[in-house]
Amino acid sequence: MSDELFVVEDLTVTTSTGRGPVDVVKNVSFTVGRDETLGIVGESGSGKSMTALAVLGLLPRGARTSGSVRLDGTELLGRSDRELRPIRGNAISMVFQDPLSSLNPYYTVGLQIEEMYRTHRGGSRKAARQVVIEALEQVRIPDAGRRIDQYPHQFSGGMRQRVMIAMALCCSPSLLIADEPTTALDVTVQAQILELLAELQSTTGTGMIFITHDLAVISSIAQRVLVMRSGDPVEYGTAEQVFSDPQHDYTRMLLDAVPRIDDEVAS
Amino acid sequence: MTRYVLARLGGVVVILLAVCLFTYLIFFKLSPDPAVMICGKTCTPERIDSIRSVLGLNQPILTQFGEFLRGIVAGRDYGAVHCPAPCLGYSFQTNESVWSMLTSRLPVSITVAVGAAVLWLLAGVIGGLVSAVKQGTWWDRTAMALALGGVSVPNYVLALVLQYVLVVKLQVLPFPSAPAFGDDPVLWFESYLMPWVVLAVGYACLYARLTRSNVIDTLSENYYRTARAKGLGGALIMRRHALRPALTPIATIFGMDFAGLLGGALITETVFGLNGIGKLAADSIAKNDQPVIMAVTLLAAFFVVIGNVVVDLVYTALDPRVRVVSA
Repeated sequence: MSDELFVVEDLTVTTSTGRGPVDVVKNVSFTVGRDETLGIVGESGSGKSMTALAVLGLLPRGARTSGSVRLDGTELLGRSDRELRPIRGNAISMVFQDPLSSLNPYYTVGLQIEEMYRTHRGGSRKAARQVVIEALEQVRIPDAGRRIDQYPHQFSGGMRQRVMIAMALCCSPSLLIADEPTTALDVTVQAQILELLAELQSTTGTGMIFITHDLAVISSIAQRVLVMRSGDPVEYGTAEQVFSDPQHDYTRMLLDAVPRIDDEVAS
Repeated sequence: MTRYVLARLGGVVVILLAVCLFTYLIFFKLSPDPAVMICGKTCTPERIDSIRSVLGLNQPILTQFGEFLRGIVAGRDYGAVHCPAPCLGYSFQTNESVWSMLTSRLPVSITVAVGAAVLWLLAGVIGGLVSAVKQGTWWDRTAMALALGGVSVPNYVLALVLQYVLVVKLQVLPFPSAPAFGDDPVLWFESYLMPWVVLAVGYACLYARLTRSNVIDTLSENYYRTARAKGLGGALIMRRHALRPALTPIATIFGMDFAGLLGGALITETVFGLNGIGKLAADSIAKNDQPVIMAVTLLAAFFVVIGNVVVDLVYTALDPRVRVVSA
């Protein structure tokens, strides 16, 4: 076996609709190595997020999965909620798109990170608090010792996403799934968050799945790319391959849709 | 925060004054002449005049209203009779002090309200929660069908049916008599059990449906998904990420419902013959006993207005987003 950290084979997700079952993800396969970033690209409804949720068993009620999802050789698919709990947030953690609605408005950010840390690692609240402050400092939240006791609505969008990232990384997971982590943020903040993720990944050695509809973002962060459309895996390969020599018309179309700075402008 | 509370309390005073004025105008100006009512059948014009001057009815209406307010704060004199503060006047029917009528009846209403509230909160919240978690199962469907039925049954029907079955037929409960708790705790409990249940059923069903829909909404919130993605489970995720957000709005509704009940459960108290504020209200309206009507109206308004302020203050404690930033 290679040193692949995370292997997905023939993952199919079926949800039931009023008109019968629909496959929203069809036979998706990919691998993520240690230290590696896989980018999953596609338009809305292409099944990117469903793939991510299926990995952690977080699909909506009534959705079924088939195929195989393995972390370090351990099969995750088909496990019960209770069996998946020690893995969620601990071995595989996730950062979601909208940090405001993804954080519980009723609790301080400190408590929300702390409860996760203590669920997986145990220990006293006091010790956990120190870990949380360090996690917040790691994502460069200024004055972390004070901000730990603030509520999500007291943070700016970018800072909230930093909180989510601090939370996702505080148990040192081996795989981080970032589902459109920069989509809800404005462009300058996007760049900061991307830079932060890349930097944290290089220091922690975490494998990462980065889901986005933004090809520019993928090209700057991913080593491998999976292109999806309507639940189908359209193209899969190294970033270099996919960007310089796309095999599929849809990928070419996506690439052409991105304006390039060296394009000639018709005058 | 202190400034906010003071401002709210100022508002309370204004609202209560407005309610006072309104009730005063309605009951003393638009109702039959109290002097004629007090005077009774063997009445002479001189007697009516003397009653009017004792009650101050010959004064301009605003002076009368001022006297009424002064009575509440400082007491007042009716001829030779001194009515100590807080003075709400004397019943036209029994000549009893209205204030002492209220204070003697209030414990009954409070007992009814508190007992019913405990019952309906327990039944409603637990039932709704279980329904939400077991959404779509036979338990959920049965519970929600029962809840719809429970909301629809008028409580006087339920009260009469329960009395007939439990008191008359099966004889497992005594007829409610509102004894003091200290005299006979068992009888006290048995006595209040039916009123509590009758009053609680409608609210419990309403709260069960509310809790269910709130919890289901919360379970589809992004932050609940985050909590699951963090690996939380069991009681912790339920308590922190489902119940707390789902129950916070219910606390508001509960505050208002409970405050409303403190002003008397008119139907329940009347059907069970419990001498609470509700029955006092029903009796005084039937006999057009204006000082008493006035007093129970004010008391109900007082509870609702105070309840409102308490709910707002509690809400700021429950939801950090509405917490008032102190300057």
